[in-house]
Amino acid sequence: MRSAVEIADARADKPGHQIYAGRARAIIERASIALRSSTWVPIATGFIEPVLYLLAFGYGMGALIGDISTSAGAVDYTVFIAPGLLATSAMNGAIYDSTWNVFFKLNESKLYQGMLATPLGPLDVALGEIIWALFRGLSYSIAFMLITAPLGLVPSWSALLAIPAAVLIAFGFASFGMAITSYFKTYQQMGLINIVLLPMFLFSGSLYPISVYPDWLEFTIKLLPTWHGIELIRDIWFGVIDFSSFSHLSYFLVMIVLGLFFTTRRLRDLFMR
Amino acid sequence: MSESLISARGLTKKFGDFTAVDGIDFDVAKGESFGLLGPNGAGKSTTMRIIAATSRRTSGTISILGRDPEEHGPQVRAHLGVVPQQDNLDTELTVTENLYIYGRYFGLSKKFVNKKVEELLAFAQLEEKKDVKVEALSGGMKRRLTIARALVSEPDILMLDEPTTGLDPQARHILWDRLFRLKEDGVTLIITTHFMDEAEQLCDRLVVMDKGKIMAEGSPAELIKKYATREVLEVRFGSDRNKEVAPILREMCERIEELPDRILLYVEDGELLLEAIAAKKLHPNTSLVRRSSLEDVFLRLTGRSLIE
Repeated sequence: MRSAVEIADARADKPGHQIYAGRARAIIERASIALRSSTWVPIATGFIEPVLYLLAFGYGMGALIGDISTSAGAVDYTVFIAPGLLATSAMNGAIYDSTWNVFFKLNESKLYQGMLATPLGPLDVALGEIIWALFRGLSYSIAFMLITAPLGLVPSWSALLAIPAAVLIAFGFASFGMAITSYFKTYQQMGLINIVLLPMFLFSGSLYPISVYPDWLEFTIKLLPTWHGIELIRDIWFGVIDFSSFSHLSYFLVMIVLGLFFTTRRLRDLFMR
Repeated sequence: MSESLISARGLTKKFGDFTAVDGIDFDVAKGESFGLLGPNGAGKSTTMRIIAATSRRTSGTISILGRDPEEHGPQVRAHLGVVPQQDNLDTELTVTENLYIYGRYFGLSKKFVNKKVEELLAFAQLEEKKDVKVEALSGGMKRRLTIARALVSEPDILMLDEPTTGLDPQARHILWDRLFRLKEDGVTLIITTHFMDEAEQLCDRLVVMDKGKIMAEGSPAELIKKYATREVLEVRFGSDRNKEVAPILREMCERIEELPDRILLYVEDGELLLEAIAAKKLHPNTSLVRRSSLEDVFLRLTGRSLIE
């Protein structure tokens, strides 16, 4: 049986031992225990939203619109929006845990303060919380896939690769979401997140191709993570993997690294001044 | 003195222009119960956070079990159990789950932690509440749980920041009893408090802090002996007459403190002085003879009361 001191001593020579104890899984274990007794209503609503969009826009508006031309040829409108909404599912799931839940733990319950009084480092906390948030993104996107497949909206088996891609997107959003949240102090500031997210979703090509915009707006939208996420899933969905697919992938890798870096630094500044 | 667990020299912490801890020196021996006594804002909590490797000092040196907390933060924290001033229990979890997961943060095995949790539930007298969420606990129970949680890693040093602030007298006594038990088991305790009775009850040795500096150091009895007399006579003549009689009383005792509502007279024998005062036909409205306490020590050292 190893004592707490022996466990910490064994790690003392590793680089970065001050910020990472190699135990992000303890944070994930905590979240899974907390989940058992949490209410399921907010979890369900986060998932239902994209499904409602699919029904209302796909089957309602879609009947008026007909086919949309894409790089994979002309496709039915409902099939066109399905991958965009899958990406949205993943983002919603990731953001749910990494923003409001993190805000509560930082400012109300002082949970991270308690964690960081143990040998855990800020990167353990950041990584554990972010990985937990992406689990939710993963489960939302699997559920979305399970709903769309019987409806004939999934064109091929290779579209299943959209699930790991959705995990990457969720990772990026969770990482960035937690970083931003860690700098926010008030509920008013947190409200900004919702104000920014809805238009980002609506105007990033989830419901129509952004080629309808003037050039300057199209260029601006292409800077946003929602657009990269929607395009990445859409590329996989229709089996058109090219250079731009990899640029979307790299966009999320950068987002993950930046988010982790700033979250870790902020936690250290807040609790280990 | 036996082996020194903690040793600080010229320890200083500044926040911008404000100096929270101003060049303090102290040592804590193994098995000792060491107190930091002082009013709010004296720098006690900041000192605690530096020891706990969750705050970086501005200058000076500190070693905890031979290690610098800035170089070896995780290792130092593995030796410590921390009870913060405000409970930061996991409100989403039950009592048992709180203890369990805290052990897991230290990397301890599930088997070890599960066994330890049973032991700690008994120690904290929370067996009946073990499956209750922490929000449903009383203030005293939460405090006991926070202490039990700090013990899950079997720490060498238990750090208690204002352990009984906000508790009712009964809950305080239960808590003190638990802390006595730990002391008997040889756990080194570091306690901050602004309650003199708590310091007298729990601390073998203490430092009196004010404005980031250490004003005095010693056992409670030594400090009282050095900075106060055996007894204190408290008299009230009413706010108008207090000023009038003070010069007369000054001649009759070793030391006098004039407070807004009463006069404190420091002597070896309070009853004797009270008789002498009555013989001079000065009849106070109320009078009280008591033993000197750390409150009197603090008043002597700083000219102010502990609780303002």
